[in-house]
Amino acid sequence: MRRRSLQHDEQGRLRHLLTIEGLKRAQIVDILDTAESFISVGEQKVRKVPLLRGKTVVNLFFEASTRTLTTFELAAKRLSADVLKININTSATVKGESLLDMLHNLEAMQCDMFVVRHADSGAAHLIARHVAPHVSVINAGDGSHAHPTQALLDMLTIRRRKGEFAPLTVAIVGDIMHSRVARSQIHALTTLGVSELRVVAPKTLIPAAVESLGVHVCHDLDEGLRDADVVIMLRLQKERMQGALLPSEGEYFAHFGLTEERLAVAKPDAIVMHPGPINRGVEIASSVADGPQSVILEQVSNGIAVRMAVMSMTLGRPPADTAEVQAG
Amino acid sequence: MSSDDEIQRCLRQMADDLRQRLEAARMGDALMVGIHTGGVWVARQLHAQLGFEQPLGELDISFYRDDFSRIGMNPQVRPSRLPVAVDDRHIVLVDDVLHTGRTIRAAMNELFDYGRPASITLAVLAERSGRELPIQADVVGRHFDLGEHEHIKLSGPEPLQLSIVEAP
Amino acid sequence: MKISIQHGRLIDPANGIDTHADLHIADERIAGVGDAPAGFVADAHIDASGQVVCPGLIDLRARLGEPGGESGASIASETAAAASAGITTLVCPPDGEALIDNPAVADLIRHRAKLAGHARVLSLGALTQGLDGHQLAEMGALKEAGCIGVSNGLRAVENTQVMRRAMEYAASQGLTVFLHAEDPWLAAGGCAHEGAVSVRLGLQGIPEAAETIAVARDLQLIEQTGARAHFGLLSSARALRMIARARFDGLPVSADVAAHQLYLTEMDIGYFDTQCHVRPPLRTQADRDGLRQGLHEGTLGAICSDHRPHGADAKLAPFPASEPGISALETLLPLTLRLADEGLLSLSQALACVTQRPAEILGLLARGEGGSLAVGARADVCLFDPETYWELRAEEMHSAGHNTPFLGWELKGRVTACLLAGQITHHYCD
Repeated sequence: MRRRSLQHDEQGRLRHLLTIEGLKRAQIVDILDTAESFISVGEQKVRKVPLLRGKTVVNLFFEASTRTLTTFELAAKRLSADVLKININTSATVKGESLLDMLHNLEAMQCDMFVVRHADSGAAHLIARHVAPHVSVINAGDGSHAHPTQALLDMLTIRRRKGEFAPLTVAIVGDIMHSRVARSQIHALTTLGVSELRVVAPKTLIPAAVESLGVHVCHDLDEGLRDADVVIMLRLQKERMQGALLPSEGEYFAHFGLTEERLAVAKPDAIVMHPGPINRGVEIASSVADGPQSVILEQVSNGIAVRMAVMSMTLGRPPADTAEVQAG
Repeated sequence: MSSDDEIQRCLRQMADDLRQRLEAARMGDALMVGIHTGGVWVARQLHAQLGFEQPLGELDISFYRDDFSRIGMNPQVRPSRLPVAVDDRHIVLVDDVLHTGRTIRAAMNELFDYGRPASITLAVLAERSGRELPIQADVVGRHFDLGEHEHIKLSGPEPLQLSIVEAP
Repeated sequence: MKISIQHGRLIDPANGIDTHADLHIADERIAGVGDAPAGFVADAHIDASGQVVCPGLIDLRARLGEPGGESGASIASETAAAASAGITTLVCPPDGEALIDNPAVADLIRHRAKLAGHARVLSLGALTQGLDGHQLAEMGALKEAGCIGVSNGLRAVENTQVMRRAMEYAASQGLTVFLHAEDPWLAAGGCAHEGAVSVRLGLQGIPEAAETIAVARDLQLIEQTGARAHFGLLSSARALRMIARARFDGLPVSADVAAHQLYLTEMDIGYFDTQCHVRPPLRTQADRDGLRQGLHEGTLGAICSDHRPHGADAKLAPFPASEPGISALETLLPLTLRLADEGLLSLSQALACVTQRPAEILGLLARGEGGSLAVGARADVCLFDPETYWELRAEEMHSAGHNTPFLGWELKGRVTACLLAGQITHHYCD
């Protein structure tokens, strides 16, 4: 019994954005194209368009995150939506009937979109399964599962710098095991069809069966970076130093930290990316993070445009029969 | 309906009208802005004939449409590009067809989000009946009286061709 | 009360019977098979035409939700559900909502079950006090209170020395040790099989090695201590092979599998279907096939339900935070019968996995207390129509827990009547 994808509506349009997995290549390209147009809105004096006027976006953050919350809020506001922020600090409240009560209350207040961040994998899917038909859900990061808007903004950054995806060799370096960003990037890059995708880390940070996602595994940084066009560094959480995953920060930096010297084996025009926030001197040297090959700040500004695109595309789905072209 | 020759005649006439207007009002370094898609085609030709100093600007009004909640996101949206600041500048706004006036309203709203222009002059290749907003063109290529179910369609960019189609 | 069950197809694997014959019951016991004994006059007749008559099912592992639970399930509700599913004997693990580490709790459970009268509930006593894995539980007292064996439930005994002593002590009390093989360190925090699905969904995995390492350790201890041991809820083909080898070498170990492990794999989790959150986790297609092969070869003796009824809230949570378990009593028989339909086992072999075999593991068969329709055995009997197709629907379930991934499945084989010690505990009416 095969069910229809939860994130698409009957017409195959994007209703929720929960994961990159299952998006068609053309759908990802559509999102990137739309985001490209929203970048020009950032150049306006009034950095705002009236697209989502009268719509209400609720940021449901079950896990603290200033940066992601801010960019979603900014994106919603630039679309003229009303934004409501609900901070729920413990995951105890996102269970059972109390969760449904909260969702139904928000729906009763005519909210149109939930942006969900949660420490448990699958939380956004859970909420998407239980919302009213007019509500869209955007996954702003769930456990180690997915962070689709981050992956899309990374794709936009790569496309703006490199053009085509097909010839690219991309290396993702660091804590793949716990990274929702890496999982979403892997799905996006394999869907867009890069020439080679590598994940680079010691075995303790590489999940079992990761090859089944279509990546090559390297345990040596030089081998992983050789001739790469794009180098994506992942944040290493401090708590990973416990639990026998790694011996020490120093040893990690010595073997997997990105320095100018290590970067030299990549292509001369390789770009360096990082989803932030950066641990300088842990996974990346300051000289690289702030260096000429770094596109880290571009990622941040592209993030707003991508989130505007995703919000307007998911909320801009009219009933199929009423679609008609506006006359001039 | 209208052949390329006729359209070229129209465009030359429009260019003449515009030149006179701009000279009379001393709007020498005006910025010409075309509205996607047909308006940009028309604007390119006018821009070339008038020999404007400033490069041509392009507006995609998808984000400013008043019917977003009914028709949703335009999947072919393109970035708007204004090559110079709009503030205190005279703008020549160009579109292919002026019908209800809603596209022009959206375009003016978008322009104002870029800044406060000194003036806006509207030039359209074709004007027809059916206005729903108090918006009139300053320079018109050709006027059409059409029924409710008739629509003007511009195909292009090479050659530009106007045709009237029956819409249900 | 004397009852004759007439015209049915009698399948009694323990006695090698599969034939059309009548079954006669006098009070609590089987009085005759085939012709009625001399002077037998039935007070009631049950027409079993077109139906199978077999021993009442014995479920080696079912949580019942009482006392002190929040699932809405009670011993009364769950034993009634068992009766509706042809199950006459249930084994309650020590780590359910009631922690069975002292005789009073064991007494209470038995008392409540007796009061309800739908099915017999046997308890496994704790292996260590409070299941803490440090201090041996009072196994002698637990045995006297009626515990059929001892177990630490799903809680691992981390300390190998404690496990060794516990096995030695259980062996000297003549108690079977029921093991759940899972290395606590490798399994910690996990909620799905470590493999292709867990990596995709970003779920913390429980590797196969969590099971094989625990099985390896416990097999060594069983050999050394001479304990009689039973491995419950096996999930990996590799662990099963280790047990097969130990059995080949003459070690007296047995093993069971939960019915859902024979049908579902990690793929069924799909996009975070919490109904497929079970412990041990659903593993790969190869594991599923290996477990089926183990049933065929006899390494796996029994199929249990691993029933865990939950209220709606338990599954209404992100996958890792949801409660593991399936409300599984009502699918035990149809899923077992499906193995015969699919040609893996004969109908008699399939029924043996839920009657004769678990009765042997529990030591009930020799005492005539279940798993057999021999004359003199206790009259625990299940009648089912093997040809009826039905769909599992939440609103029609008897259990208080509606948490099952099999909702909407078309199942074949419906229980029509169930007798517990000669008393009719369930009678299905259309």
